[in-house]
Amino acid sequence: MTTIRFENVWKEYDERVVLEQVNLSLDDHEFLVIIGPSGVGKTTLLRMLLSQEQPSRGKILIDGDPIAAEPTADRGVVFQRYSVFPHRTVLGNVMMGPQWAGAPLLGRFFGARRKALEERAMALLARVGLGEHADKYPAQLSGGMQQRLALAQALIMKPKVLLLDEPFGALDPGTRRSMHELVGELWEENRMTIVMVTHDLPEAFLLGTRVIAVDRRRNDPQAPERFGATIVSDFEAKCRSVRDSRLFEAERERVRLTLLGTTDVPADSPPVPALDHSR
Amino acid sequence: MRRIINYAPRPGVRLILAILPFVAVLAIYLLASNARLAVEPADKLMPSFASFWATMVRMATTLDRATSQYLLWWDTWLSLQRLFLGLGISALIGLVLGIIVGFVPYLRATFEPFFAAFSLIPPLAVLPILFILFGLGEASKIVLIVFGIAPFIIRDVMLRVSALPTEQIIKAQTLGASTWQMISGVVLPQVMPRLIDSVRLSLGAAWLFVIAAEAITSEGGLGYRIFLVRRYLAMDVILPYVIWITLLAFLMDYALRRLAVAAYPWDQIRAA
Repeated sequence: MTTIRFENVWKEYDERVVLEQVNLSLDDHEFLVIIGPSGVGKTTLLRMLLSQEQPSRGKILIDGDPIAAEPTADRGVVFQRYSVFPHRTVLGNVMMGPQWAGAPLLGRFFGARRKALEERAMALLARVGLGEHADKYPAQLSGGMQQRLALAQALIMKPKVLLLDEPFGALDPGTRRSMHELVGELWEENRMTIVMVTHDLPEAFLLGTRVIAVDRRRNDPQAPERFGATIVSDFEAKCRSVRDSRLFEAERERVRLTLLGTTDVPADSPPVPALDHSR
Repeated sequence: MRRIINYAPRPGVRLILAILPFVAVLAIYLLASNARLAVEPADKLMPSFASFWATMVRMATTLDRATSQYLLWWDTWLSLQRLFLGLGISALIGLVLGIIVGFVPYLRATFEPFFAAFSLIPPLAVLPILFILFGLGEASKIVLIVFGIAPFIIRDVMLRVSALPTEQIIKAQTLGASTWQMISGVVLPQVMPRLIDSVRLSLGAAWLFVIAAEAITSEGGLGYRIFLVRRYLAMDVILPYVIWITLLAFLMDYALRRLAVAAYPWDQIRAA
């Protein structure tokens, strides 16, 4: 369960108002996409959620608690570029987070612990389609592969929220499509909240369950920096009840198939076992 | 007729062209030297290659009576010792201070202007102070090299640290890294190839300081020898010594380059 709340958040640099009166409440397992013209403060919004920048007024809560004042492991991130470490191999990149968490001084695992982590990292790399590139350096990968690596690197930490800052902006259309599929699947599998910034509208409505547009509501031609941007529209791109029912159907189908597969079904068993739906 | 910048030599031609200036210089020396020796066989200014060779063999293989050492090797050993100590200490100081000051904003705000000012002090101008403080022995020579080179390396490392993309540092924090873990796991490994580069760039300056210090006060060393035999116009010693120093510098540069290639393959891949 992860909920995010923006409570009357403002961002000002000296006299310049970038964002004003941002109020937002986000349920668990949403895919929020932030769209808007360039230079309007989409990325600032994401950076505040990342604690890379602090709001000038208001506060941001995750699960009801104010977020930490600096980036922490509960919020993963993939930037448009430079999200991976050029001096580590693909496998080394994915293993960095857990090693830092488990070995404060050396930042490196040895022996059985390393082996276990390597297996986990390799499984994740296979999932994002980089299994056979584990020993390469990021500079030897294409742009799309580097973004897959950045995703795997963030996902191994099991963040509550995954933040994507125009992650597909530098990719060619074909690669972009396959990345859309991958991100959509990973979002379903890991049941996490994703917040993504993009300026590609079709992409926003393809991926997002909720799409918000950020723009200036008021504009003073004499003082263009007087007013900041805020959320001007808020679409529910994929209805939650529809999503939930589709999920439920899929789960029921899966269980039915497994039950059909096993021959010795007790006669008095219910047709569908109780599903573990905490929500 | 294309523009001149659009004509590029083929690899074989390139090699010949690269050798050409060396051959030309040698040939000019030979001709001039022969011309002078034809007029005055005892000419000291431009000795023949044969006398270079004879002198060097003498310096390398006969025991000097005053110092009971083989002078060429003894001088080389003394100079290299000073050079390596000075360079090593400078690199270490540069690496540690450069990373810490470059990475921690408060330290950076405090020390960056200071280092910038400090690096402008001409090292040779403070050499007398060093002699007064550290005496005329080895210490003052090594301090001179450190004084001359460390500020450059510190600033170079600091630049490299600040050139690391912010995204990487933020990403490291979202992966749970502490400041120490970021320094040891993200900053240090990416700065190391640059450190090797700045040591390579400092080699020339380091030799300059070694020779300058040796010229003023020393009991041996390549620079000391050159300045000692200058009194006798002994070009047959000075010129081979200069070539020997150049060769040593080239070999060190080459070794450092090979080291960077072997130790940091990712940096080569990225550069390519």
